[in-house]
Parts: sequence; structure tokens; C-alpha cells
Amino acid sequence: MTANARPKLDFPHRHLLGIEGLSPFEMAHLLDLADEAVDLNRQVRKERKTLAGRTQINLFFENSTRTQSSFEIAGKRLGADVMNMAVASSSIKKGETLLDTAATLNAMHPDLIVVRHHAAGAVHLLARKVDCAVINAGDGAHEHPTQALLDALTIRRNKGRIEGLIVAICGDVLHSRVARSNIILLQALGARVRVIGPSTLLPRGIDRFGVEVFRNMREGLKDADIVMMLRLQLERMNGSFVPSVKEYFHFFGLDAEKLSWAKPDALVMHPGPMNRGVEIDSEVADGAQSLIREQVEMGVAVRMAVLEALARNLPNGGGVS
Amino acid sequence: MSRPLLFTNARLVDPASGKETRGALLVKDGTIADLGASLKTAPDGADTIDAKGKVIAPGLVDMRAFLGEPGAEHRESIASGSLAAAAGGVTTVVSSPETNPAVDDPAIVDYLLRRARDTAIVNIHPAAALTKGLRGEEMTEIGLLKQAGAVCFTDGAKTIANARVLLRALTYARDFDALIVHHTEDPDLAGNGVMNAGEYASRLGLSGRTIEAETIILERDARLVRLTKSRYHAATITNRDSIDIARRAKDEGLSFTCGTSINHLSFNEQDIGDYRTFYKVAPPLRTEDDRLALAEAVRTGLIDVIVSDHTPQDVEQKRQPFAEASDGAIGIETMLAAGLRLVHADAVSLPVLLRAMSTRPAEILGLPGGRLEKGAAADLILFDPDEPFVLSPSALHSKSKNTPFDEARLQGRVLRTLVAGKTVYEYA
Repeated sequence: MTANARPKLDFPHRHLLGIEGLSPFEMAHLLDLADEAVDLNRQVRKERKTLAGRTQINLFFENSTRTQSSFEIAGKRLGADVMNMAVASSSIKKGETLLDTAATLNAMHPDLIVVRHHAAGAVHLLARKVDCAVINAGDGAHEHPTQALLDALTIRRNKGRIEGLIVAICGDVLHSRVARSNIILLQALGARVRVIGPSTLLPRGIDRFGVEVFRNMREGLKDADIVMMLRLQLERMNGSFVPSVKEYFHFFGLDAEKLSWAKPDALVMHPGPMNRGVEIDSEVADGAQSLIREQVEMGVAVRMAVLEALARNLPNGGGVS
Repeated sequence: MSRPLLFTNARLVDPASGKETRGALLVKDGTIADLGASLKTAPDGADTIDAKGKVIAPGLVDMRAFLGEPGAEHRESIASGSLAAAAGGVTTVVSSPETNPAVDDPAIVDYLLRRARDTAIVNIHPAAALTKGLRGEEMTEIGLLKQAGAVCFTDGAKTIANARVLLRALTYARDFDALIVHHTEDPDLAGNGVMNAGEYASRLGLSGRTIEAETIILERDARLVRLTKSRYHAATITNRDSIDIARRAKDEGLSFTCGTSINHLSFNEQDIGDYRTFYKVAPPLRTEDDRLALAEAVRTGLIDVIVSDHTPQDVEQKRQPFAEASDGAIGIETMLAAGLRLVHADAVSLPVLLRAMSTRPAEILGLPGGRLEKGAAADLILFDPDEPFVLSPSALHSKSKNTPFDEARLQGRVLRTLVAGKTVYEYA
């Protein structure tokens, strides 16, 4: 299917606040769009004019160089005027509330706002108060939809499918928005999802998410096609959730020996940035089975796809492609 | 390889099955090779001992004893403590992590196991600290400590006051099937109390610790165990209300077990008498009503385990005004004789007493022992349950002499203790 032939209502959403609420068809559609963007990004001339004249504001209440620059590049390649606002270091410190910020931004008439916030639900609140499209770039421990989409794209391109694969998501599931979005997305696309971690890092009721729950890496990795490691924030250590880096790595860090418990052709993923020697061993992170660098490439493509899909639903956005 | 050993004419008490038989028991290659009434003849080259109708039972398994190493060798050492244990019929000891440094690192577990291998004559299994430095703030490396050989996790006589810390530790421990043993006394509520709160404390002019300091923590813990489905053991419950809490937790099917100390089964608050500091223990001795309730709970099996709570203190720590003296009493060498008081008073039967002192602790800890059956390790005691004697502290093997049984009349003497078939103690 070419871009021109695609009907307008393939992605009938004003915002992308989460994977939750998307149909499998819509998810697949975004992945198809992203596939096209990958091809574009690998050419010498990468520009498109989909977002020409549009203003995209990256509003990051939490620092994230990687995600922010990925969105910035994506917007620029589609011809948008991209502005980065690092709110953590500006008006919020002067006492402005999230809704004040929303009202201020709205008055500037942006077309797309990409938001990261430390509080779950903050992006939803903001989306209700602005007139433009809002993309969730991570809200607390809730969702990180573009990360899940880029993970799915990476898997699909390497395995040729998602349906029927066994995906093991390992580590700090409790605090991970990446895990939540991935669980919803991968299950919707037909994967069998497992989560593995110490009980202190697994959310209560996770067994009712439709996933298989393991507290032991050996059992959880058995027959896995994809091993998705999660970052362990250093403040989770020192006795709060796990006793020490040493113990965490011993039982839950992915090294070559633990990886050998998965399928021989299993692939390793990590949303980055990695704690080498904590959740993953360098040998594995840089090894032949690792897709970690490819995930970064897919990130730009997926964000382009999302921006493009949402742009079509903007006022006067129809037919632009 | 030592020669086979045949005990004849013995009263064989197996607390695991509750059965008692008359007959012989053969020890060969460190295990019980055969036993029973039909066993008559010794194999060639065997030594034979006429038990003269005395009891042969599994060696005791003491879940709670302070052995002083590292850091308090002047109070007790693994060598002296294990000698005292053997003399008391205890063949397996779980050592307390309240050492200096605390047993909160796998290297210290490793050290203790080496020291035990080199200096102990009974089985020593280290308990590891549940929180780093016993501070009640951050959990220890439960997985690595268990791999190193720790059999359970406890902060000894310290209570984890912060419920969130205990919740996380219980949650984490479950993944490793680790047993958490907890001292249940709210430190804030216990305050500066030095004995059981009540009329007697008021008369003595001593500040009291209420039973609620214990029951509130125990109740809280039961709810956390319900939430986490972890393996939990209350180290020493001491009163009737705590028994009710334990009953409810058990009725619910939780993995919730409990113990009490031989001191709380033997004495009540009035034994403190004229400010005798050997009776200053933690939690404090309670009322006679509580003591009787504890004995009854041992009889019914509601209290799973009796521990010595062996806490050697040097003279300087005990020869103080009551309020200022350290808590704790030695007890590993006297626990069987003290427990036999309950048997002689018909409060519990002998197999029931031995079950609480050997079978149940072994089961809860996941250790062999506590069974008198073919193939089991020959960790055995031969004792005369009726022989009377007056306890002389100078005859004790422990380095410290802070025994509340000082000059007490006791009935029941250990005659011989075997660990893995080898005689490690013999009463001369």
C-alpha cells in the first residue's frame, strides 16, 4: 500500500497518549508508516514536507536527551518547526502549574506537543487543555507509546512477525512505562509476553495483565524469542527494592550464560540508557544478538510515523502525505 | 570410618511420628542404619551400649542462639557454644547474626561456616541479618546470603519497626523461598521498659513493656505475610494474646509459624523476685497465666518451636541494677532439662516436647534432623528424663554463666550426644 492510497481515517486519533486505546489495526498501520520512514531515513535526502508550516513543541518536564533528540530529528525531517522546552529548569521552578504551562503554550498555537512528565496521567491532563495534538513521550510509570512502537518495529523487521513470538520483559517492571506500553502492544499483536523480575519490582496484579510472571530468569527466559531488558534506576537499589547491584546482577542481570537459556536465535533489546553490569553485561549488550542500536534508529522512524499520522488529523491536515 | 554402634534396651522416641518403642538402634556410617524392637544383633565389629531403658531421641535443633563470633568471643565462641550445645543434647544450632560485624555479607556466612567446620562439634547453621547492619532500613543480599549458606534471615532481637521495609523484605524473600524470623516487639511501645508491664512492675518500681508491644507487631506481621505469602516465623511469642494471633494466621493457611523460649515456658514475671537480673530477658517474662497458655499452645502444636534463646552475657553486663543490666540468659545447655519440667508436670508429653525442640525447627528451617528413622543422620541424644540434679553454673560449658537456673533443681540429664554418628558428648 502506498502512502497516497492510504485512507485518511487509518489513524483516527487526535492524540497519542498511550498504546491503550489503539486497535491492532492502528498499531500495524503506524508500524507500516514507520517502515516507510526507515527507508526515507536511510537515503541521502531525508526531508519530507508533511509537517511544513507546523510547529512542534517538545515539552520535557524530565530530562531525556535520547527521546527528545529523536523527536526533534523526526519533526525536522518532516519539515516542522521544532522547539525544545526544558521545563524542568524554567517556569515550573517559578511555581507555574502544569495547567498554567498548558494555557501559555496553547496561546502560542502549536500544532503538536510532545510531552514527557514525571507524573502518570499528566499528559492526559495537558491534552484536555490544549487545542493541538499531544504525543506522550513518557508519563511517570504509566506509558511510553513511541518506545513500545519502536520496539515492535524492531522486532517485526528482525523476526518478520510479532504474532506467536515469546517476548520476555525483564527487570524493573514496577516503575517501567516502557514495560506497560509494550505489554499492551505486543499482546495486541499476538505475542506471548512474559515478565521476569524480583517480586519487589513487579506491580501488584501483574498476573492479571495477561502475561506470564516469572521470578526466576532461567525459567522465564526458556524458549524466549526476544529478551527485553529494562533499566534499573540506581535509586531502586540500596535496600529499597533490591539489596545491591551485585545481587541484582547475579540473579537478574543478563549475561551470556543467562541468555543461553533463551532460544539460540533470541534477540536482546534495551530501551536505553543501559546500566552495564547492572541489568546487562557488556558482552551481551554489544554482542551479535543485540538489537539495541537498531532500536535507536527505529525510534526516529516511529516518531516520524506518529507525527505524520497525527498531522493528518490536524485542522487543514487532510490529504497531506 | 568409626565402628558401628548398637544401642540396646532403649526407649526410642520419634517426635516426628509421635511413636515410642522399646528396642535397639544401630548407628553405622553416620546414619541410623536400623532401629526397632526386632533389632537384636549387632553386626560384626560393632560396639554395643546398653541404654538401660533410657530415652534415645533425635538431637535438639535450636533455632536461636548467640554464639559470639565474630566480635564477642569473650561471651561465647563457636567452640564453647557448641560444647554447651552438645552437653545439652543440641545437635544443630542456628547462630544469631547479631555479631560484630553483623552477618549481613556472604563473606561472613562463609567465615562462620569455616569456623564451625574447624571448631564446632555440633552442626552450626548461620542465620543472616535481614537488614544491613541490623539497622532495619535496607534489606541484605538475601539471595547471595542464602546461596552462601544462611538458613534464615533475622535481625535477632531487633524488630523491623518500619513496615515498608519488612514488606519489601518479605516480598523479596519469597522469590528465594527464604525464611524470615522476626522478633516481634515494637521498640517505641516497649520504650525503656525492663519487665512485663503490670502490677508487679509497679510494685518493683520498674518501667514496664506491655504485651501490646508484641501483639501489635505480630498482628501487623500476620497481615504482611497474608499480603506477600512469604515464609515467616515469629521468633518468641510470650503471651496469650499472641497465641490468638498466631492461631488466626495459621487457620488462614498462611506460612506462619512461631516459637517461644524455654525461659518463657519456665518462669513468670514474679521470678524476677528481688531484682534478679538473670531473669531479665527480651521480650520480658510474662504472667503465670501467659506461661500456662504458652505450655498449652506447645501441647497443641500451635507454638511450633521452643528455642533456648541462648544469650551469653559477661558478668559486667549482668551485675548491674536491674534496669541497667543487659537482656538475655544462657539456655542451650539446660533447655532439655527445663523442658522436661513441663513433661513431669504433665503439661506436655515427651514426644510433643521433643517435636517442638527438634522435628518442627528442622522442618521449618528445611534441615535434616528431628526424626528417628532409618537412613536419617545419626544426630542423636541418649538421656535419662528422670535423673534429678541441682544445676551448678560452674559445671556449665558456656563461657558465660548468666543462667536463671542457677542452683535450680532439674530432672533429666543428657548422657550422650552423637552428631553424624560420632559421640561428641558423654556424661561422665
